[in-house]
Amino acid sequence: MNRALLPSIAAAAFIFVAGSANAATLDDVKAKGFVQCGVNTGLLGFGSPDDQGNWTGFDVDYCRAVAAAIFNDPQKVKFTPLSTAERFTALQSGEIDILSRNTTWTMARDTSLGLSFVGTTYYDGQGFMVRKSLGITSALELTGASICVQTGTTTELNMADFFRVNNMNYNPVVFEKLPEANAAYDSGRCDAYTTDSSGLYATRLVLTNPDEHVVLPEIISKEPLGPVVRQGDTQWFNIGKWVFFALINAEELGVTQANVEEMKSSENQDIRRLLGTDGTFGEGIGLTNDWAANVLKAVGNYGEIFEKNIGSGSKLGIARGLNALWSKGGIQYAPPVR
Amino acid sequence: MAIEESAPRPDKGYSLFYDPKVRGFVFQALMVVLLVALVSWIATNTYTNLRRANIASGFDFLGARSGFDISQTLISYTTDSTYFRAFLVGLLNTLLVAGLGVVLASVVGLLVGIARLSKNWLVAKLATIYVETLRNIPLLLLLLFWYKAVLSVLPSPRQSFTLPFGSFLSNRGLTLPATQFQPGAGWTLLAFIAAIVFVIGLAFWANRRRMATGKPFPTLWVSLVALIGFPIAVFYATGSPLNLNFPELRGFNFVGGFNIHPEFLALLLGLSLYTASFIAEVVRGGILAISNGQTEAAYALGFRPGRTLRLIIIPQALRVIIPPLTNQYLNLIKNSSLAVAIGYPDLVSVFSGTVMNQTGQAVEVIAITMGVYLLISLITSAFMNWFNSRIALKER
Repeated sequence: MNRALLPSIAAAAFIFVAGSANAATLDDVKAKGFVQCGVNTGLLGFGSPDDQGNWTGFDVDYCRAVAAAIFNDPQKVKFTPLSTAERFTALQSGEIDILSRNTTWTMARDTSLGLSFVGTTYYDGQGFMVRKSLGITSALELTGASICVQTGTTTELNMADFFRVNNMNYNPVVFEKLPEANAAYDSGRCDAYTTDSSGLYATRLVLTNPDEHVVLPEIISKEPLGPVVRQGDTQWFNIGKWVFFALINAEELGVTQANVEEMKSSENQDIRRLLGTDGTFGEGIGLTNDWAANVLKAVGNYGEIFEKNIGSGSKLGIARGLNALWSKGGIQYAPPVR
Repeated sequence: MAIEESAPRPDKGYSLFYDPKVRGFVFQALMVVLLVALVSWIATNTYTNLRRANIASGFDFLGARSGFDISQTLISYTTDSTYFRAFLVGLLNTLLVAGLGVVLASVVGLLVGIARLSKNWLVAKLATIYVETLRNIPLLLLLLFWYKAVLSVLPSPRQSFTLPFGSFLSNRGLTLPATQFQPGAGWTLLAFIAAIVFVIGLAFWANRRRMATGKPFPTLWVSLVALIGFPIAVFYATGSPLNLNFPELRGFNFVGGFNIHPEFLALLLGLSLYTASFIAEVVRGGILAISNGQTEAAYALGFRPGRTLRLIIIPQALRVIIPPLTNQYLNLIKNSSLAVAIGYPDLVSVFSGTVMNQTGQAVEVIAITMGVYLLISLITSAFMNWFNSRIALKER
């Protein structure tokens, strides 16, 4: 059965491969000619195939950005759709090079799985969605509810804590894959559906009648979502980290997909360093000096990626909120290229 | 012996190298050494690789707090319980659905298998359609079909079908009144146990009397009265020491009562009806393997068709049926791991799903899960082999 297969293969990789190489991911990637990126099996706006079969979304664009930084070509990336249960094993075993799949950064995941989170690309929190017809307005009214949830998520744990702290009972219905959990909620098996609130908005749109459902106001947890790489390969970790920082810095400096070429000759030293006109910052992470310019030409800056996939330019229409730049009331902040 | 003494083996040309005993020993010893080396290489390799990748290893995680909830628990379980407890919950859920599935699949399979051989055209064709449809569709699709079917046919709790005895059927499952035993209920249990002992004794006595005198005894009816009537009489005599906790609709859902989840129903139905189609073919094959002369001889002795089947054909057919039946049972048990697709908290879903993800210890969790399935299957097949040898033709 293919569900059980991936962890088994990964387990086998640890058992039989003598001294599995976790160094120099960049060299491996360059040698094979593409980045293998783990994404969601289908979460609208974050990672899902469009009607032509092209992968699109917020998390997907990050993968394309990494590919553009290395190869100056955002198409040199292959996607591996992964369920929540498969994602970490796939990364640990070397099946994928980077995991960009709305994954919550927690201490245990960062320290005991042999993985490192490169940053928080999306500040999220867990919420609940219910049918309007239930007539409830708060998550505190969910006593006795059946709740659909995906297995192996922080969501599953937060929900347990929330109901315990508030002394309420509930009945979790746990699914391995997102589509199955959606379908069960849609068919009325559960009173409520819970995941990160970004995911709730995306899920609501694919339900039979989106207007019959409402997201409750409570946010019960901190869910910093971000890309993940294997521990122990500092160079690859730095690439992942700085591609993300470049996206944020570009938005802050006003560099967009459209104006990146003319910005190269800008008088602003911050912009010149970011785009590689001055300095040799790209070499420090094993890339060319115009790495960031290539990224921005390919996918645009952080704000552009956000608005196109999940913000005002998309069906989801999610407000920037916490994900606005620090200079605009949010908490997205990147160290400078210097 | 005399012959060997008279013709002693010549010493010339004898070499240890060609001694079959020595050779056998050497090769077996070599095999053992190789096996031990392989296992220890795998163990150290795994350990080193996990260490190098900074991934936690070992089995200490089993004692840590789980922190997640499980919808169906046969033993007490909270978020404060350990991962090991979660493992047990998953294991029991697997055993529950596999055990009931084996029973249900056997009953349905036996009936359908016999029906396929029926002289009634309609019955035989219906049974054929059942077998050919179910055994030719992948099980995963059948499970999803049953789950979707169960969910889409059934109404929400507020519009649920009301069944007799205060039970309700909705898309939250089958909600039954829960039984709460009061002090004194032990007498009823005791009466039931006494009735079982009595029935076993009665069967022995009736059998022996029949062997000796040929006189039949209505064992079935007397047993039924003893098994049902006696405990009920005791139950009322001790003042009905049982409370029923009726489910009642409050908020979204039923409060109180005992709930059988739709995931469980879908999995049980899907697994057992699917396996039953294979068992039906095994049963049909077993019956056809018995010579028609047996049936004719039974008819000639005046046996009616039902009795012929029960007393002459089935006992002989069982010998042919049991070995392939064991395969079907093993398949059913292993197939129960598809539960993960429809949200039933079985061993794979709870342990190699949630626990593996929360701890990240894939190697340990997968190894334990595989070991457990292996163990369950070995026990099942050991039992079936024992049963097979018991009913095998006794050659005297």
